[in-house]
Amino acid sequence: MPLTAKRAEELKELCRRFRVSALTAIHGVQSGHPGGSLSVCEILALLYQERMNVSADRQDDPNRDRLVLSKGHAAPMLYVNLVEKGFLPADSMSTLRVIDSELQGHPSMHTPGVEMPAGPLGLGLAAAQGMAMGMKLDGSTGRVYAVLGDGELNEGCIWEAAMSAPKFALDNLCAVVDWNHVQLDGTTEQIMPIRDLAGKWRAFGWNVIECDGHDLAALDAAFDAAEACKGVPSVIIADTVKGKGVSFMEGQSKWHGSAIDAESYAKAMEELGGNA
Amino acid sequence: MAKAIREVYGTVLKELGETNKNIVVLDADLSGSTKTAIFGKAYPERFFNMGIAESNMVATAAGLSTTGKIPFVNTFTVFLTSLGLCATRGQVCYGNLNVKLGGAYCGMSDALDGATHHALEDIAVMRSLPNMKVIVPSDETSTRWATKYAVDTYGPMYLRLSRDVYPDLYAEGTEFEMGKGNIVRDGSDVTVIACGIMVHKALEAAKMMEEKGVSVRVVDMYSIKPIDKDLILKCAAETGAIVTAEEHNIYGGLGSAVSEVLAWGGAAAPTEYVGLQDVFTESGKYGDLLRKYGIDANGVVAGIEKVLKRKK
Repeated sequence: MPLTAKRAEELKELCRRFRVSALTAIHGVQSGHPGGSLSVCEILALLYQERMNVSADRQDDPNRDRLVLSKGHAAPMLYVNLVEKGFLPADSMSTLRVIDSELQGHPSMHTPGVEMPAGPLGLGLAAAQGMAMGMKLDGSTGRVYAVLGDGELNEGCIWEAAMSAPKFALDNLCAVVDWNHVQLDGTTEQIMPIRDLAGKWRAFGWNVIECDGHDLAALDAAFDAAEACKGVPSVIIADTVKGKGVSFMEGQSKWHGSAIDAESYAKAMEELGGNA
Repeated sequence: MAKAIREVYGTVLKELGETNKNIVVLDADLSGSTKTAIFGKAYPERFFNMGIAESNMVATAAGLSTTGKIPFVNTFTVFLTSLGLCATRGQVCYGNLNVKLGGAYCGMSDALDGATHHALEDIAVMRSLPNMKVIVPSDETSTRWATKYAVDTYGPMYLRLSRDVYPDLYAEGTEFEMGKGNIVRDGSDVTVIACGIMVHKALEAAKMMEEKGVSVRVVDMYSIKPIDKDLILKCAAETGAIVTAEEHNIYGGLGSAVSEVLAWGGAAAPTEYVGLQDVFTESGKYGDLLRKYGIDANGVVAGIEKVLKRKK
């Protein structure tokens, strides 16, 4: 069933709050990755708050859906989603990257709701593949989502998994590329040109779906199409903007992993409509 | 009847897989060599040939383990512990996942393929990873135990397996304990602490030294991590001299692990290290390689004679 206009509006407001909350945490600890957290916002929000069968009360449910945030540096956006779902206490975001906290700089298994550690780039698609293989063996009805960065596509292991997942006919696996066109040192075009991204996945045997990664209805339709595809895994190439939602961060590699100064934080909050 | 360690491992995996349906096996296009094809033939639905892609294989196993499976990951030791290391560290060990690594051709056992295929730093790498347990079997019976132990015990585990045939050492059904070592020959003048093939070389050396009137104790330290601190310190106190013997670089492996315990315990025993002397090796017949690089009974004898000169 497509998203109703009302639900789309609710999710849009949730995304606004998530952006405020993630940036507030990153600003608070003066460390983290604003750009890639902002670009993946709608992808994670739609999956966790609308589509995925996950619940803090049934963390071991074999039929639950699973998400591997392969671009682990976007952890703040994952954590705000886990807070919203009740996996983490409401006030936990202020402990991001702080000593003794459950909220590590990159996802760890110490955090309830995290299915796989991430941080070393390139490994998440393979891990998600393993989950999908195990779930097929068990006849689980759950689906597995691997959320990848585009800079991360420089890593060879992504393409090893891209080659193997179709071999195992993992139609319960859906990769999502947060294609924000910017990595740490510059644009993806400058650092390592991706060229025909959709063509690459197609050549490996994937069902390829392209959409606007900030348009909730378009994303939702893409996930529907992925779910409907049988026999091969799907990849959604979600065209996004690094730093989306904060004008001076948009498209800027500078904001990949910079601390947010007080002035920039105030300006960002103003643009995003204040406190969470 | 002495058997190739890889053959035993593949056979035991198949036996255990019959009753434990959670066992799944992954290989990187070497299942004919690692002998996991024995499992694959019996249970094709639980066998995954991942192609020549070690990172992908280990990371996939990490994912499989989160669904309750017990993945055994296999390829040549040297590739598993280098190309497979990033996922082993970042996912398997950091996540404390139930993944078992079978390093099939340890030491110089893939002899003729040469230095690129010899694994002489894998113990160092694997024992430095938090949550990882390290086992080096020394014969058929201990390989059987190690494989079953890996199935029965939760957590990351590294089994250092050989391509080669090892003589029998233990009676069938011998019970082993993780974190312990076994005195396989008693003696009073010096202790050789060995693992894998070197346990057999140490026993040969002990016989050679007996003719010279030296009484040599030999310990099979199959559990490298955790390691049997009590036994190491007991041997140092009782025999007053230690020789470590391993088919591995002298840096970072069994010799280093034993030295850490000796230093920690304040043991006064001098120690010598039999192993690869921080060099790259070469192609050759396995026996020729072991002889040339001092990974044999003569090498152990030399170590014993050296340490006895230093013994007070």
